Amino acid sequence: MANAIPPPSFQEMILRLHGFWARQGCVILQPYDIEMGAGTFHPATTLRALGEKPWNAAYVQPSRRPADGRYGENPNRLQHYYQYQVIMKPSPADAQDLLLASYREIGLDPALHDFRFVEDDWESPTLGAWGLGWEVWCDGMEVGQFTYFQQVGGIPVVLPSFEMTYGLERLAMYVQEVENVFELDYNGAGVTYGDVFLRAEQEYSAHNFEYSNPEMLTRHFADAEAECGSLLRAKLALPAYDQCIKASHLFNLLDARGVISVTERASHIARVRALAKSCCEAWLAGELACAV
Amino acid sequence: MRRLAAVPATVIASAERSNPALPSEDSLQDTRASAFPGSEPPRSEFLLELFSEEIPARMQARGAEDLARLVTEALAPLSPSHIEPFSGPRRIALIARINASVPESTVVERGPRLFGPETAVAGFLRKHAAVQEQLHQEGEFWVLHKTSPEQPATALIAERLPALLRRFPWPKSMRWGGTSGLTWVRPLKRVLCLLDGVVVPFRLAIGADDGHRLATSNLSEGHRMMAPGAFAVKNAADWRRKLAERFVVLDAGERRALIEQGLNEAAARERNLAILPDAGLLDEVTGLVEWPVALIGRIDDEFMDLPPEVMQVSMRVNQRYFATRDAFGGAAPFFAFVANIQAVDGGETIIAGNERVLRARFADARHFWDLDRKQRLETRLHALDRVTFHVELGSQGERVARLSRLAEYLAPKLGANPELARRAALLAKADLTTGMVGEFPELQGIMGSYYALHDGEPAEVTAAIRDHYAPKGPSDDVPAAPVSIAVALADKLDVLAQFFAIGEKPTGAGDPYALRRAGLGVIRIIRENKLRLPLRDAIGFALEGRHEFTADILDFLIERLRIQLRAEGARHDVLAAIGSDDDLTRLLARTEAVAAFLKTEDGGHLQATYKRAGNFLRTEEQRGANPSNITSTDGEGVVRDWFTHPEEHLLADALVACRNVPQLIADERFSEAMTQMARLRVPLDAFFDKVTVNDPDEAIRYHRLRLLNWVRSTINQMADFSRIEG
Repeated sequence: MANAIPPPSFQEMILRLHGFWARQGCVILQPYDIEMGAGTFHPATTLRALGEKPWNAAYVQPSRRPADGRYGENPNRLQHYYQYQVIMKPSPADAQDLLLASYREIGLDPALHDFRFVEDDWESPTLGAWGLGWEVWCDGMEVGQFTYFQQVGGIPVVLPSFEMTYGLERLAMYVQEVENVFELDYNGAGVTYGDVFLRAEQEYSAHNFEYSNPEMLTRHFADAEAECGSLLRAKLALPAYDQCIKASHLFNLLDARGVISVTERASHIARVRALAKSCCEAWLAGELACAV
Repeated sequence: MRRLAAVPATVIASAERSNPALPSEDSLQDTRASAFPGSEPPRSEFLLELFSEEIPARMQARGAEDLARLVTEALAPLSPSHIEPFSGPRRIALIARINASVPESTVVERGPRLFGPETAVAGFLRKHAAVQEQLHQEGEFWVLHKTSPEQPATALIAERLPALLRRFPWPKSMRWGGTSGLTWVRPLKRVLCLLDGVVVPFRLAIGADDGHRLATSNLSEGHRMMAPGAFAVKNAADWRRKLAERFVVLDAGERRALIEQGLNEAAARERNLAILPDAGLLDEVTGLVEWPVALIGRIDDEFMDLPPEVMQVSMRVNQRYFATRDAFGGAAPFFAFVANIQAVDGGETIIAGNERVLRARFADARHFWDLDRKQRLETRLHALDRVTFHVELGSQGERVARLSRLAEYLAPKLGANPELARRAALLAKADLTTGMVGEFPELQGIMGSYYALHDGEPAEVTAAIRDHYAPKGPSDDVPAAPVSIAVALADKLDVLAQFFAIGEKPTGAGDPYALRRAGLGVIRIIRENKLRLPLRDAIGFALEGRHEFTADILDFLIERLRIQLRAEGARHDVLAAIGSDDDLTRLLARTEAVAAFLKTEDGGHLQATYKRAGNFLRTEEQRGANPSNITSTDGEGVVRDWFTHPEEHLLADALVACRNVPQLIADERFSEAMTQMARLRVPLDAFFDKVTVNDPDEAIRYHRLRLLNWVRSTINQMADFSRIEG
């Protein structure tokens, strides 16, 4: 690459994104403390996308995709990775420009690169959510997903949000010109991504595919589902939603273990969706009650 | 109240005027202007551009066409012409010529009777938003003369376009920003709307909805990176010029041509390469770039031994790259792609980036390729038991067991080795459990074939695994090797049999299991290989004893064949006239022989006289004649002694000569059968010339009708000519 300045380390990239989005008025949040498949599940996105209150936030969210584990042997695949997530509600008129500016911030100059917005309709069956937007491409590389939320938890949004998701490892590999994720420069001082995460990838892959306990997971799924229901009856939307996130992750673990048939799969997804929908409704009801 | 017939509205032309500003060539080109004889209304240039965030490539052309159509309809009173639609990644637009105004017009409409009820008059006035003073007495009726004043084009545009834009038929629209219900395919940023260079002012707000505070302006935008920011537009020509200066190739056709040319030139510069033509990809890329810059990237040699299909999927589907060929037509280690920017470093960074992306994709593919080959296909079979084929129809494992039995059964009838067919069918679906097919489902069959080759399976088996899904569509080739044919037919017959047996036939509403495609596949494989396959037995075998569905499936296949012939412009009516035959090749040969015969002079003529004979018989049958009086399928009840004309003898002789037709048909000598029947033409003509069928003597009349029935039944042996059109 023609850039003279050395590319940012993994952690430096996160710090720059934090700085950038903080300057755009975003609340910088810390990762949510429950396992989830994507940053969108964070209540700061799913629940805050609903209702009439404006909301701008950015955060890093560890994302777990148990089935994507490769024992640390695949240079491009991880069962645990980081998403950088931005949500702005209502979507700002200059969302695309902001996004391009954020890429400039981490070393991708739009005058040197070929940025594209390629159609990508986003849908999350488990969250009952959908939106329209694009994959953001840089030189043929997908460096982010850009979505205008239209519906969440089965509820049409009042104020459409702009959601941006950066896959941090992939983006860092591109910026640092590294072909193996474990060789990423993590801190600019000799620590690599592999130093931090390789062992975890190996052990969690073994867990996800070989050692997780399907009977226990099935039980926990049912527990989470039941608990979500009772918390909803107490009108505690946030604790109830935690149980919904847990159920979703337990489902992903069961799926990775290969013990869910095609029909069961559809019914599990429908069950999580029902939880998500009820949590969203409960959250919204609480918001409206506050507004009165 | 009596419904009042409206008197046709008369449009009274507005006062004559001239437009010195209008170039004369425009009036010459504009035929619509002649609708106003003697008064050329001035023509104005209308420019409308809807500038938005990136529109999905596949929706752009249609969006521009819809815009042109809807604007033409909405502005019909302004007689739009010379409409030029434009589409691209960030805009749809049009230029048109319209009248500068809707001329003053008067509508004359007859109203209620003079002395009718008051309410009738009040209702009439309300309906036309008129007042009593506008009514005149004419005879016994009130007549309304309603004059609409001249309306300037700007007023009509401002009145109609907001609603048009709010209801624009994008396949999928979205909301954005605030609470406005104004939707667009992606956020709409600007509405450029000029009439002769002057902004036509209107807003998209409606009631309490702020319409994203969008209002028309004279502003547009060029290339996002290379010429950021808005610029003012004076007129259509200025708009085009300034967009070109700001790195936007406006016209999609021009963009496509530039991309094609650019790719070819870039490839030729790079070691004399050629681009592998790909019209679909070219169309898509045209919708992804405003300023196309063709670039060439290099593929690392270490990946060139990946199967070409694998490279193709990564390149074309995932990356929108074009493949290249060297001077000898072989795959070249280069790819071509189109950037949307003339980068300041000449594209060096962009090429390097794209090369790295492709390298990562190929590395991923290589990983699966190496991993998958470590396990023999046959050891994957048990895993298929865990892959569901259909809830009611069990697993892929069960399906494979059926397929191997069916392929083995079909093989001898197709000249294929049954053992190889069974083996190929057994392995055909094993690649569904490989990493590569999990990653790229479109490579099913293809990967199985590579892995089988690696396992040392016989060539017939690897080819059959590769081709057994074919034909996947109308443009896909059908398999031609016997073992491949056996497995491909088994694949489709099994699907048809299984789904028909659980009542999942295709309906007008849908065909979720693509049974029509499977049916058409069976037909094409049989037809293009001229296979002699008794389908009834094959379907019966596939049904595993549930024979009650055989007829349904066979009818379904013959109906697909008829529809296919119709689509080809062939004689589908002839096929229907021949009826059912479970040997499609024989059915088609017979159809072709009859169709060819009908094209000859004899054939056309014989068909006409056949109809004439048929009419006599039908009339008689409708009268309720005792069928036994006129029935004669092979000359029974025809007695030469009763003949009174030599023409009757000649016709009977010709019919007797036709007694070999059934044998000719059985021997599949269809053309000869038709030639034999053609000899009926002359005696039949002579018969109708000289002999009166409806003789007053009832017995003679019946005798002659029997003779005609003999004619009809002789010809019907080949096809029911009454069902043939023409």
